[in-house]
Amino acid sequence: MRGSDLELVQVTKRYGATVAVDAINLRVKAGTYCCLLGPSGCGKSSTLRMIAGHEAVSEGDIILGPTNVTDLPPARRGTAMMFQSYALFPHLSCVDNVAFSLKMRGVAKAERRAEAMRLLELVAMERYAERLPAQLSGGQQQRVALARALITKPQILLLDEPLSALDPFLRIKMRAELKKLQKELGITFIHVTHGEDEAMALADLMVVMNQGLIEQAGTPRAVFNAPATAFIARFIGGHNIVSDAAGAIAVRTDKLRLTKAVNGAARTAVVSDVEYQGSYVQIGLAADFATELTANLSEAAFDAEPFNPGDTVAVSWREADIHRLGAAT
Amino acid sequence: MPATKTAYAPPAWLQALPFAGVFALFFVIPLLFVVMVSFWDYNDYSIIPSFTTRSYVETFEGCYDQLPELCTILKTYLSTVKFCLIVWAITLVIGFTIAYFLAFHVQSVTMQMTLALICTIPFWTSNVIRMISWVPLLGRNGLVNSALMKAGLINQPIEWLLFSQFSVVLAFVHLFTFFMVIPIFNSMARIDKRLLEAAYDAGASGWQTLWNVVIPLAKPGIVIGSIFVVTIVMGDFITVGVMGGQQIASAGKIIETRLNALQFPPAAANAVILLAITLLIITALNRFVDIRKEL
Repeated sequence: MRGSDLELVQVTKRYGATVAVDAINLRVKAGTYCCLLGPSGCGKSSTLRMIAGHEAVSEGDIILGPTNVTDLPPARRGTAMMFQSYALFPHLSCVDNVAFSLKMRGVAKAERRAEAMRLLELVAMERYAERLPAQLSGGQQQRVALARALITKPQILLLDEPLSALDPFLRIKMRAELKKLQKELGITFIHVTHGEDEAMALADLMVVMNQGLIEQAGTPRAVFNAPATAFIARFIGGHNIVSDAAGAIAVRTDKLRLTKAVNGAARTAVVSDVEYQGSYVQIGLAADFATELTANLSEAAFDAEPFNPGDTVAVSWREADIHRLGAAT
Repeated sequence: MPATKTAYAPPAWLQALPFAGVFALFFVIPLLFVVMVSFWDYNDYSIIPSFTTRSYVETFEGCYDQLPELCTILKTYLSTVKFCLIVWAITLVIGFTIAYFLAFHVQSVTMQMTLALICTIPFWTSNVIRMISWVPLLGRNGLVNSALMKAGLINQPIEWLLFSQFSVVLAFVHLFTFFMVIPIFNSMARIDKRLLEAAYDAGASGWQTLWNVVIPLAKPGIVIGSIFVVTIVMGDFITVGVMGGQQIASAGKIIETRLNALQFPPAAANAVILLAITLLIITALNRFVDIRKEL
């Protein structure tokens, strides 16, 4: 059995007086695709780098399976890191890049190159084995970086914004490949990103961070349908945040109902813009009961009762679609 | 204003033209003349434009008969090459270390630039003055000797401190380490710091990272610095003269002596020989830096 659970216990990172990561606790089961999600400066990268061993832990422990790895160097933790913009060695060919860590361990040349070729085959890059990184496209570089990280047979692969250097089309293609590879290998991936779409698409466990704290951890569905705080509801998008008598509530944009305004409607708003998005129509609304209000109507629903900018509409939602939020952040 | 299609743009190579002109006029053509004159004949008062290998033959006259003893000319070249290699090795190690410190340990760019500028301070005064200022320090009754005597560490002054091979190497290193620092620093400053982290992540020790990542990526700087140091030391006769107390022969000194005697063809022949040896050394050093690729 190769996989081990990862556990962070009261892990804290301080830079001088600033607290980047504030006593977080997290348990990641072996074989999980975990996404650390949050705005820049939320502490997600620091957390990843502490797990990797590239950043010293100020307080707390990082436990991998039966071992406390808090003070171990990266290569002895059973983790491997894939760096942002890949950090491939520019003077080494792909196969030598992939074989690098075996060379550091003193594995003989023929043997380490054979193993590196095996990994290049895994990422479908064997044809480019003798090329230098500068001769590869972004997507190809990423595959080589993946092969390089995987050659040490890590229990956990750490990915620091792995898709941010790619163009949008390639990003979607590569994220599908990442997910497929993770399933095949059955190891834990911890993936740092600031894109909620990326995290939703990939994660088994989505960890949303803000200001050095974990605000919520759960499956993407659980987080999206029941955001713990207004911050999360705003950050992952697709929610309207409205205050009612009992406090803040979130209502998904696709659960908002709009009708032509009639006298005595509880809530009214003015249509500010109408955007056709293909399968749905996005309607921006100006209202006095919420700072931002958006309704996504299906094309059919919109066609049945179209609205134009300037129209006054009545806004409502079903009781069941209300999600009550925790303390606002 | 966007340029219109009809606007005249001068060809870009014009920018390189002035230096190319200077290079051709004051380097390539004179060099060809030197090679040509080295094959001319001469007598006591004139040079004769007729082809002969006399200058080369006379330079090495008697060397074959004396083998395995080395003749004076071979000894001189050997001594120059020896100085060159010693100085190259020392300046490379010191220069590399300083450049590494500047590039990887000094965090702010302002501080890096300030420290690099401090390295240039010795160049604010002339070569000769910098050499001569070693004399009161290293001389028989100089600062070093008197300090060691006062401290009771030695009973009589150390003779080899000045006008010796030691003092020549010392002066060379002092004068030329800077020529290693700057190109190597320049190469190192371009190395992405994440590469060092990637090496650490792959389990490389500090020395392994140095050997497998930093040195290969700093190679352009190492080669440029080496060319500076090797060519300067190979052609030098002033430093060897002053710091060696005029007792140590050098390849440059041979040329100077011949020129002073107005024997231009032998001077030119020696210049060509010196050029050939220098090119050989540089080629060999470059190969040497490449060897690690094969490991």
